[in-house]
Order: sequence, then structure tokens, then C-alpha cells
Amino acid sequence: MEKFQILSKTDLCPRVKEYVVYAPMVARHAKAGQFVILRTDENGERVPFTICDYSRENCTVSIMVQEVGATTMRLASMKVGECLKDFVGPLGNPTDLSQFDSILLVGGGIGSAVIYPQAKQLKAENKNFEIILGARNKDLFFYLDEFKSLAPTHIVTDDGSIGTKGLVTDKINELIGEGKRFDVIFAVGPLPMMKFVAKLATNLGIKSIVSMNSLMVDGTGMCGCCRVTVDGKVKYACIDGPEFDGSLVDYDEAITRSSTYREIEQTHVCNIRG
Amino acid sequence: MDRVVMPTQNPAERIHNFKEVALGFTPSLALEEASRCLGCKNPPCMAGCPVGVKIPTFISQVKAGDMDGAYRTITIDNNLPAICGRVCPQEHQCENLCVRKVKLGGSVAIGALERYVADWALDNGVMPEKRDSNRFKVAVVGSGPAGLTCASDLAKAGVNVTIFEALHEVGGVLVYGIPEFRLPKELVKKEIAKLASLGVKIETNVVVGKTIFVHELLDEFDAVFIGTGAGLPMFLGVKGENLSGVYSANEYLTRVNLMKAYEESSSTPILKGKSVVVVGAGNVAMDASRTARRLGAEVTLVYRRSRAEMPAREEEILHAEEEGIKFNLLTNPVEILGEGGKVSGMRLVKMALGEPDASGRRRPVVVEGSEHEIKCDQVIVALGTSPNPIIKNSFKDLAFSPKGTILADEDGKTNVDRLYAGGDAITGAATLILAMGAGKKSASSILNQLQSAEK
Repeated sequence: MEKFQILSKTDLCPRVKEYVVYAPMVARHAKAGQFVILRTDENGERVPFTICDYSRENCTVSIMVQEVGATTMRLASMKVGECLKDFVGPLGNPTDLSQFDSILLVGGGIGSAVIYPQAKQLKAENKNFEIILGARNKDLFFYLDEFKSLAPTHIVTDDGSIGTKGLVTDKINELIGEGKRFDVIFAVGPLPMMKFVAKLATNLGIKSIVSMNSLMVDGTGMCGCCRVTVDGKVKYACIDGPEFDGSLVDYDEAITRSSTYREIEQTHVCNIRG
Repeated sequence: MDRVVMPTQNPAERIHNFKEVALGFTPSLALEEASRCLGCKNPPCMAGCPVGVKIPTFISQVKAGDMDGAYRTITIDNNLPAICGRVCPQEHQCENLCVRKVKLGGSVAIGALERYVADWALDNGVMPEKRDSNRFKVAVVGSGPAGLTCASDLAKAGVNVTIFEALHEVGGVLVYGIPEFRLPKELVKKEIAKLASLGVKIETNVVVGKTIFVHELLDEFDAVFIGTGAGLPMFLGVKGENLSGVYSANEYLTRVNLMKAYEESSSTPILKGKSVVVVGAGNVAMDASRTARRLGAEVTLVYRRSRAEMPAREEEILHAEEEGIKFNLLTNPVEILGEGGKVSGMRLVKMALGEPDASGRRRPVVVEGSEHEIKCDQVIVALGTSPNPIIKNSFKDLAFSPKGTILADEDGKTNVDRLYAGGDAITGAATLILAMGAGKKSASSILNQLQSAEK
């Protein structure tokens, strides 16, 4: 096997694929919550992806990728057996939920990909936890059986095509209303979702942790592209994060920063789609 | 006899391309300049060189037409002459001490001659000589000026060297920081190819402290050298700094230099501002300004002190001026203004120079009632860096200064046995040649330690 070879590529749902990449150096120290940065080819940009799974024995690292831009679409066009140009990691800090006894994991859209390794780890640690997964409709879920085998899993959709119709925050309220108690809510998904989950958690007096998927270049603290304001201070998602106390993050700023290249990116995508 | 001026690309032309600005000496210009060297018995210039290049010797060899000899002389002390000849601040070092400086037509253009010799060697495929390899194994962390120099010296002595580089390209600041028009990347590649010819192994995409830990390297190698560079960009700490369109110079230059965002084929995006403000006045600020100019912007450089205190190399300042960069001196930003989350302007105050501060430079003080606004659509902050915490957080045995830089002695020795460090990771942001000097010293103390352990 060659370095950074794509060993498998699986469709999880429309426009979301799981890639298993041969990367012995990355697999050796990878932990849940960390990420990699990859380049597809010589002209490729550096794009971060959360590590969803890894195997130290097989020297592999798995990532789940939603096709939203030029790089993710180019990745989707690569075949099993082809090699990525670069694949570096594990970057960022691993998740540490050890201080909590009762945990609520909330995944929105592709954010569920980040929730999955957490759920596996919590199960292995025999922790008490539940999962809420939200998406626009029934077609956008993946790994549902796996999630259900790990912990009680609640499904929420915008259109009610599966699970409960509504928002993940509605489900959190419902669970709390039923008398369930959590020490922490770990939420990963689109920025507006994390914003409202964190806000609700604060109102409920529950600690929240969110994972910031900022734009990055080097991913080692050199460029400052991924900076986020947390508690009024500038933090770097790549070396201080990617996880932060959800109640302290300036989400509105993060939303603006995440759209910095939207116009340029759309032109790139148009060129690829032809 | 006046100092020979190196030809440059015409400013009106060069602001539309990324090709090298300074074109180098022709053979006749080089000969003319070399013959200006007085060949001093006790050459003051050498004292100004952090790596001690035998300057009058190599210049006399140029004069005699012995280019190969000149190259061998330089490379005894300097592994990267094509790079140093271009980016060293010679006017503060060797050339500052030249006896011709004041009354004899100006200092000898030592940097330009060094570059001339090095380019000749690269063009003619001259490769460094290597001794038979020995049984020692050394890991070098970081492939910037410090790491490359250390690796090169060790490899020349026969050590088996492996370089670990976090990025996908080798060269550190030489590839992500210094622009193509000042240091062509082809040239950096050639210098690195020389290392490979010495048998140095290069592992890119390895972040030491994340992918592999320092203690693992110490288990696997006889010694380890850390040359990880300066680190995190510093920001102004003013309102509006996280607006879309505010870059650190590191990010801006990395996108353009390393990721080639200026080329159509690159997938890496960069915002092309029409009216760009660059904050700072060091070499990095000049690089960022001139890059933005080439990407089509009107550029204003904002600096809180006066022209005399600008830390950039004189040549860079001149080139920036020639390219139409506007210097807004004695001015300091107090807020970056935005509209809809994007940069729309900057609020500034005027400064005046007061009493000298700890650095010996006169401290800038705010002029009362001088607040004013300018319009701009992009801001690049070039205020230096603070140490990167990745190694600190992942290797608790190593001693760090309160500022976060690694503590190492003159020879690069840290408090951990067999672990050496040098360059910006120790000094904070400094110059390329100082980092190279540190890499050299560490290489020599590593060799001493390895050889004495063997006895």
C-alpha cells in the first residue's frame, strides 16, 4: 500500500462519502476530536476534515466528506487505489469528556460524522449518554444503525420525513422536559445550529462544547486563518481547539468568516460542474 | 570608484508579474564590483557575518576568475548562499563594516557577489562534497533556514539526517513567506536538491508534537535538532480585526507563495483587494505590500514610527517605494471598520516620537485629536509572531522562556540531553542568517557530542 492511498470509498447518503485512507503516521496517534488536512493534488488547497475513525492495526484513517466545494468534489471524483497528494495529522486537540458522567451528543448534518467517534469512545468507556441527530430530511442520515447500537438515538428532521419534525433544540427541550439530566451537551453541526444549542444549554444551566470547523491553511498555528473569538479573546481553532466552550464562542463572527471565499468558491464549483 | 548597482526589473513592468525583481550581476559587473574589494588584512566585513564567510578570499577568487574556488570558499561557512545573497540584511551586517562604506564610493556589494557566485554554481550543477556516511542518526525538525543548515552540515560530516517538515513543501519561510519575486522557488528547490544529494531524507507532512513526539525522536535518533521557526502571527488587538478581509501577513503570504493563489491553476482562494492597508514596516510588511500590489491593489503601508525606524532591509523599502506603495508613517490603527462583516475602512491616529524606549527607539505617542478614517477593502497585519505552542504542549521535559521560546545555550543545547534547538523558535522572529548561524552551531555541537560519546 502506498502513502495516502484511498483504500475504500463508501456512499453514506447523497453527496456524503466515507473515505478510508492509508496513513500509518497519522493513524498511530490519532484520537477522537482531532482532524487532518489534505490536498488532493499538486494544485489542491489544504482543507481540514475531522477524523471519524482510525485503525492503528491497519494504519488507516477514515474521514466523512460532504461534497460542497471544489476540493470535496475533486475528492469525490478520485477512485479507490488513487493516492491523495498530502494527508497530515492528527491535528488539533483530542476531545476530553472524561470529567462528565452524563452526556448528550448532538449532531447536525455532516456534523454527525464528528459525533460518531465520540459515541464509539463513550460506549467503550461505558459512559451514560444519548444522541440527537438532526438533518433536513430522511435522506441525509448515515450510520443510523451504528448510532442506535451505541446509545439511545433521537432523530429530528426539518420536514418530519423521519423521526420528529422540528429542530434539535426542540428535542433537547423535550428530553429535559422528560426529566433527563445531562452534565454536558457536545454539539457539532452548522454554525447556526451550534449557536442555538449552546444558547439553550446556557439557559438550561448545562455546559456545552462545540467543534469549530473554521477555514484553515497550515493547521499548525502559523497563519491565523482559523481564528475564533472565544470569551472575547482570539483563539486558533487549529491549536487551541477545535473544541471550545459553546457558551463563549462568537458565532456571528464565525459565520461571517466562514463565508469569506463563498463567491470565489462558487466560481470554482461552476467550473468543475461545467 | 562607486559601488556597482545591480540591474532590476522596471517597476512599471514588475508590478504586473511575480518574476524576480533583482536580476543579479552580469560577469562584467561582477568583475568590476569584485575589483573594488581592498582585500583588507584584518577584514572588518567578516566580523559582521553571523556565519563567518571568508569574504575577501571569495571576492579575490571571483576577481581571479576562479568561480569554483569562490563557491567552495563560501560554502565552507554558508550552505545556502544563493538564498543569503538575496535576502540577508547585508547593510546591517558585512556591508555595514566595509571600509569603503563612507568615503570610498560605498561598501562593496558583498551580498550581490555572493549571489553571483552561488547562481553560477547552481547553473553549473556544482554539488557539495560528502564524506562517507557514519553510523550516527540525527533528526531535524523543521526545514527552514535553521533546519536546512543544520542538516546540511551534519550530512557533509557523514551523519544520516532525516528532516521532518509539517507542511507539504520543504523550505519553511523560504517557501511560505518570502515571495517569488524576491526569492524564486526554483532556486530554493535547487538548494534543497543539494541536500538530497548528500543523502538527507526528507519527510513532509509530519507535525512533530502531533504526528510524532519529540521523545519518540529521541528514542529513534542519536540527537534531535528543533528549528520550528517563529510561530503564531500577532494581531493589533483592535476592534474589527476578525472581519472578513483581514489577514495576518503569514496567511496572506502563505496563500500566495506556498499555495500559489496568484496562479489560475491553484485551488487556493485569495481575496484581491482594490485598496489594501498593510500594518507594520518589517521585511514581511514589505513582502505583503508588494504582493498585494502585484495582485492589483493600491497599497498603503501604515507604521506607527518614522521612516528611520522601519526595520525592513533598505533594498526592500526602496523597491516598495518604486512600486508605488504609499507609506503612511507615524500613524497607528485604532479600529478596522466593516460593513456586512467585510472590511470597509480603518480608523487611525497620528503618532509623534517621544522619549527612547527599551529598544532604544523613540517611543511613539498618540497625537491628541488626530483621529481620522481612511477607506480600504482589505487589511494585512504584519506585526511579527509569538512562539508556537505545539512542541511546548507535547513535550513537558523541555525548558521554555516565560515568553514561550525554547531555552538553548550558545551551542544550541537545551536542558534535555541530545536535544538541540536554534533559529526563531529560540530567539523569536529574527533573520534568516541568524537562524542559519544557530543551525550551524548546533550541527557542530551535535557532532562533538556524538564523537565524544563514541570514544
